[in-house]
Amino acid sequence: MTEDAVLRPHAEQEHAGELARLAEHDDRPRPPGWRLSPWAVTTYLLGGELPDGTAISPKYVGPRRLMEVAVATLATDRALLLLGVPGTAKTWVSEHLAAAVSGDSTLLVQGTAGTAEEAIRYGWNYARLLAEGPSEKALVESPVMRAMRSGAVVRVEELTRMPSDVQDSLITVLSEKTLPVPELNTEVQARKGFTVIATANDRDRGVNELSSALRRRFNTVVLPLPETVEDEVDIVSRRVDQIGAGLELPESPAGLEEIRRVVTVFRELRSGVTGDGRTKLKSPSGTLSTAEAISVVTSGLALAAHFGDGVLRAADVAGGIVGAVVQDPVSDGVVWQEYLEAVVRDRPEWRDFYRACREVS
Amino acid sequence: MSRVEVYGIRHHGPGSARALRGALEEFKPDAVLIEGPPEADPIVELAGDPGMAPPVALLAYAPASSASGPSGASGQGSEEGEDGRKAAFWPFAEFSPEWQAIKYGLGAGVPVRFCDLPAAQQLVPSEEAEPPPDEADVRLDPLGRLAEAAGYDDAERWWDDVVEHRGAGPSPFPAIAEAMAELRERMDGSRHPRREDQREAHMRRTLRRTLKEGHERVAVVCGAWHVPALTAKVPAAHDDRTLRGLPKAKVAMTWVPWTHGRLAGRSGYGAGVRSPGWYSHLFAAADRPIERWLTAAARVLREEDLHVSSAHVIEAVRLAEALAALRGRPLAGLDEVTEATRAVLCEGADLPVELIQRRMVVGERLGAVPERTPMVPLQRDLQAEQRRLRLKPSALDKEQDLDLRKPTDLERSRLLHRLRLLDVNWGVPSDTGRSKGTFRETWTLMWRPEFDVELIEAGAWGTTVRGASTARAKAVAAHATALADLTSVAERCLLADLGDALPDVMRALADRAAVDTDVARLMSALPALVRALRYGDVRGTSTGPLRTVVDGLIVRVCVGLPPAVANLDDDAAREFLSHIDAVHGALALLGDDGHTEGWRRTLEGLLARPDILHGLIEGRLTRLLLDAGRLDDVPDRMARAVSVGAAPARAAAWVEGFLSGGALLLVHDDDLLRLVDQWVSGLPADSFTDVLPLLRRTFGAYAAAERRAIGERLRRRGRSPSGPSRPADDVDDARAAAAVATTLHILGWTETR
Repeated sequence: MTEDAVLRPHAEQEHAGELARLAEHDDRPRPPGWRLSPWAVTTYLLGGELPDGTAISPKYVGPRRLMEVAVATLATDRALLLLGVPGTAKTWVSEHLAAAVSGDSTLLVQGTAGTAEEAIRYGWNYARLLAEGPSEKALVESPVMRAMRSGAVVRVEELTRMPSDVQDSLITVLSEKTLPVPELNTEVQARKGFTVIATANDRDRGVNELSSALRRRFNTVVLPLPETVEDEVDIVSRRVDQIGAGLELPESPAGLEEIRRVVTVFRELRSGVTGDGRTKLKSPSGTLSTAEAISVVTSGLALAAHFGDGVLRAADVAGGIVGAVVQDPVSDGVVWQEYLEAVVRDRPEWRDFYRACREVS
Repeated sequence: MSRVEVYGIRHHGPGSARALRGALEEFKPDAVLIEGPPEADPIVELAGDPGMAPPVALLAYAPASSASGPSGASGQGSEEGEDGRKAAFWPFAEFSPEWQAIKYGLGAGVPVRFCDLPAAQQLVPSEEAEPPPDEADVRLDPLGRLAEAAGYDDAERWWDDVVEHRGAGPSPFPAIAEAMAELRERMDGSRHPRREDQREAHMRRTLRRTLKEGHERVAVVCGAWHVPALTAKVPAAHDDRTLRGLPKAKVAMTWVPWTHGRLAGRSGYGAGVRSPGWYSHLFAAADRPIERWLTAAARVLREEDLHVSSAHVIEAVRLAEALAALRGRPLAGLDEVTEATRAVLCEGADLPVELIQRRMVVGERLGAVPERTPMVPLQRDLQAEQRRLRLKPSALDKEQDLDLRKPTDLERSRLLHRLRLLDVNWGVPSDTGRSKGTFRETWTLMWRPEFDVELIEAGAWGTTVRGASTARAKAVAAHATALADLTSVAERCLLADLGDALPDVMRALADRAAVDTDVARLMSALPALVRALRYGDVRGTSTGPLRTVVDGLIVRVCVGLPPAVANLDDDAAREFLSHIDAVHGALALLGDDGHTEGWRRTLEGLLARPDILHGLIEGRLTRLLLDAGRLDDVPDRMARAVSVGAAPARAAAWVEGFLSGGALLLVHDDDLLRLVDQWVSGLPADSFTDVLPLLRRTFGAYAAAERRAIGERLRRRGRSPSGPSRPADDVDDARAAAAVATTLHILGWTETR
């Protein structure tokens, strides 16, 4: 399968060119096991320009110091915990960090309520185990074990979704940097360059708090929501362009005005106050993250391209917005109606949007 | 052969301070000149006193009366003090190079002088409008700008990097002088304010005079920016011309305690420092500043019961250093340390980071000055009082609970109240609602350096806190225009136990009350006075004069009320209703039978002429007298007021006045309830619509539970309309007796046996 055919290329595939150029120009010391120097990793994340004029696209829009702390943490072989409400680019950052540091973002453990210890330690190929007894060959390595062997970065997504006992099996890995296999009376010692990037969110329901023993072994970086409307509009339009290209949607100018409107609605409802700070609003139960704004705009684009006149219009995003805001039909419905009647209706330039929203709700 | 060394320093820069100390010890000057107001020369030796603890500041202020003209050459400089007040500060912290220079000079026994333009001229208001200095002005912090250009945001770490960690190399000061010369050359031609010229001219002149006096080795300590100007060869005549014939103000000079928090503001020494605690640490730490700082941060967090281990500190240090390396800095600075604290020690949480910020980065601290420091008598008196009452000024706000039954606490409370009369709000009474007792007060105490200025200003009122506040209260009373202002002054006098001021205040109060014909104003003044009277009893204050005023006031109110409440419109009636309630409550508080009797008789007299009364007021008067047990025909009165003959609006107003705030009466008085019920159900349909809003206003004010109770009673009445009241529940008198006795005892209705 060629790379063009995959739905979503990995970060190191998509930005292979940038990574190669960075490595070429990178003359700073690299920590053992790293593909790039910490400085180059930071540049890869935040964007910049190389001496030969190659432009590096920014992957993360936000405070520079956060990315610096994250990279410095990895450079001191500490584990990194990215914390934040949904949609603050935690997974995005961890993927790009892994791609830049070890050139491989695929060593991934996805945390769910059903994640078992095998996903972090190792499992067995039972047919072989029964036939030959315990041996190296019968061992099924977890991504963590593979990362330790190769000295790479392993990502643990949604750490807090795992059951607590599974979370805690990371403690040995993080403090001793070794993974014992008592059945074979051996162990796997981590090579230099091995480290863990975990992501977790503290707002969702159904999470298992991290034990303090585990928490101690992480440096924590809290990723904030985008600070200004401009930042958020920037993030949304950038991602929408990328996704649109990936899905091969017909070319359609992603109307900046419409994106701004979606972002404004999301920000106002999220913060419970209008942009000018004059009207207080109720907040809906949903998180209204930037990621949701992106998906609203993307689906709006698809609507416009396939069923509309090819231009993103209020009617194309109205349905998506209502769906994102009204998660609980009763309480959120009231919130949305209030917002529509008290805020949207009074904005003369939002008349088309108001009408479109009235139609769908 | 005389030799002059000019040391360009960074104000409040710990790195400069350490380097300067070393340079001075090597140079061994026989005179030290420091950038600062020359009026401070006579009191500079106080800095050597063991009682002096930085942060402190030199304060220049315009004395209220004393006519001591300052010495010094003439020159033109102008610096308006804060809030237009004529005062200027030159703060010093332990880590200020100037402070180190002073300490060195005093320790080595060589003369220390200040060479800046005299404060006398800096305090004169400017005739030429100076452009407000902007933050980016290179003159404010030229070394900081150099550091910025080198990629540092913490100028002190830059200094450490380029100066300290270059080993025992040559003194950094020649290099700084060169850099400044370069900077100034670039700036030349752009604006260079006249005041700057004057200040530098005066510095040169002082230097020349010092040399003429025969000093051979002179060290000059000044902001780095001024170095080239001082080393330049400028003819004396030129400086004389610059400084000729400039106006000056009268100033006096003293030391005052300062706080780290106030160092952060702009002051006589240009830009302030944002992180005095960090600088203090850099200056004091012998070595390994990052490790020591993070260890200290861990201890602060542990004190707050946040578990932070040594392993955390180790990781934080590693992260700070890795961050510095990533940012291309050889050494970690406050930024890196703060990031490391946040990511490792605080596990990403913001609150503990703020704690560290407050406790360590600013590191609030209040300096102290020795007793010999020149002070106005008022300051001395306050100090004596503070010692006597064991109330120590502190820069961090602190809650203080005072139990007024204890003599010391009572005195403390009086002191704080007196200071408030002088606008020195050291203590602010806080309403925490923890205790409602009249014998308890809660204060929030926080000393701010500007209180010294307030005290110096208040020195015009007297020499002791008591005397000054007395004089101030009298003056305020004499100029007060509104009766309410006067009563508030009277109340404050009582709280502060200013018996001497009270007669004057009372006389003013009595005079004003006598000529004031507005009964409403008299009535609104009464509650505060009565409160003061009762409160005064708790605090053991003599309240004789106040009593006289209150007596007079009550009589006037009783006389003036009947004409005043005649024929009022709705709004006026509503306003009077609150006055009547307030006076009624105040009289109950006063507990004087004679006055209460007079007041009731007045009310009865009013009720005798119901035609001129507003419904609202008549209803309320009826209610008040009913509560007092003075009326036995209330059902008749009510029936009359709400009968068909009365206009529905007036009837509703009457009901509102009668019932507002007293739902329980309706719940328990069956006859009354029946009356109201009959009136409401007897209303014709269209009148009902008219009075409905008024009724709703009355009943809407009741609590939900009360409304429900009334509703249930009405429903029961509907079921058994003839029953006078439900027979009492099956009560076992014998078993209830004990509880009843206890309740009565608590209420004070029975004697203990």
